[in-house]
Amino acid sequence: MQDVIIQAFQKALQLILSGDSEVFNTVFRSLYVSALGTLLSCLWGIPIATAIGLHSFRGKWLIRGIFNALIGVPTVALGLLLYLLMSKQGEFGFLHLLYTLNGIAVGQSILVTPLIVSFTSNALGAADAQLRDLAKTLGASSLRVNSVIIRETIWSTVLAVIAAFNRGFGELGVAMMIGGNFFQETRVLTTSIATETTQGQFAIAMAYAIILMAIVLAIALTVNLVERLRQEERIRIRERILKRFGRKQP
Amino acid sequence: METRLRLENVEKSYGSIKAVEDVSIEIVGGRTITLIGTNGAGKTTLLRLIAGLEERDRGNILLDGDGMNGKKLRQIATLVFQKTVMFNRSVYGNLAYGLKIRGKKDGEIRTRVDQELRAVGLKNFEKRKARKTSGGEQQRIALARAFLLDPRILLLDEPTANLDPNSTMIIEKAITSRKKGDGIIIMATHNLAQARRLADEIIHIHGGRIVEHSDPDEFFNNPRSEITRKFITGELEY
Repeated sequence: MQDVIIQAFQKALQLILSGDSEVFNTVFRSLYVSALGTLLSCLWGIPIATAIGLHSFRGKWLIRGIFNALIGVPTVALGLLLYLLMSKQGEFGFLHLLYTLNGIAVGQSILVTPLIVSFTSNALGAADAQLRDLAKTLGASSLRVNSVIIRETIWSTVLAVIAAFNRGFGELGVAMMIGGNFFQETRVLTTSIATETTQGQFAIAMAYAIILMAIVLAIALTVNLVERLRQEERIRIRERILKRFGRKQP
Repeated sequence: METRLRLENVEKSYGSIKAVEDVSIEIVGGRTITLIGTNGAGKTTLLRLIAGLEERDRGNILLDGDGMNGKKLRQIATLVFQKTVMFNRSVYGNLAYGLKIRGKKDGEIRTRVDQELRAVGLKNFEKRKARKTSGGEQQRIALARAFLLDPRILLLDEPTANLDPNSTMIIEKAITSRKKGDGIIIMATHNLAQARRLADEIIHIHGGRIVEHSDPDEFFNNPRSEITRKFITGELEY
């Protein structure tokens, strides 16, 4: 098994360094569908999150609960449902999205919508109540109060969008069911891994897996790094204040 | 006609806890009022009711005889919170916010922000990130932000709590400089010496009720309420 892993790393490096066009095309297809899917989900996910996060209404807890629960929806189950809807006889068959990259993107956008809605609405809802009071006492209308809250929690929304992208980028079920895994057409990184594994091409499958993981990790680490820098900055500020005033307290 | 703020039988509860109970006061323009009382006495709630940030359960708030709801109160009153809150933008952005939403022109905003920052001893702070300033500086920014709007009722919730003596002095000076014209300043404080220094009238609130309302001399030398006498001497247990 160790040999396979070592071979896989060698193969991955070889594929990347040789500039293998199919590998790069597969990576680009994956990036394209996940980026488009995330963008689409933002179009409706962020307005829904804003409505849930900033307003009080009957049954809000239930809607929040549903979106929270849908974060973990099995991708194969969603893929099957979307397959039926997008197939020729399905309600959305006229859109001709089945077995296309755009079809996968639409599927992924539906998959990641609960994640965007939950993360963003929770951040908006948890925004410091004093921030709302501050805007109000300075004379802001309800609309302006909401725009201040959105502006102040923009970082949480960015994190939600990145998490959504990663979720789409690493999923298999929707890409397989909607895309059909056609070579050089709709094959993406996750479906390539599945295909190569079933064909016994473990080294190539591992190579794809390494590329997939590298991209996901690079994005996650970049986000963590930025967030850490922000936190360190906050700690530095707090320490400076305590140093200056803390010991003078009665 | 001078400004006249009147509270009639105002009450506010949170669940079973009565935070403000049957409060009736009248304050005329040009006066500085300090609200004193123990923690949880109802000072902050009363300020928030006057600021229009809380809906009262009962009673009326009138300005010059006109009934005021939350929206109307927010147009004439500004509250400076005990825990300073800064928007995540520059000091200038924080100060300019209230003026911008009132449709003031950039040139006027710039001039007035500069004046107010000088008044609170923060000249040349415009470009700094507000959240990166110290606690004392943030409190002064918060005061300047409220001063800029020139509200008819300025509400201050323990503006010098947890600050060093120098910052306290600067803030007290800034507050004193606002004691002009017809505006009303209502300030909650724990600091009895500060109440004596700044107030034209002192209101002692205890258990949500007003137990004493008099001028500083009478308040400290001849309190009518036994609760107030014990509060002043430090004998009041709570």
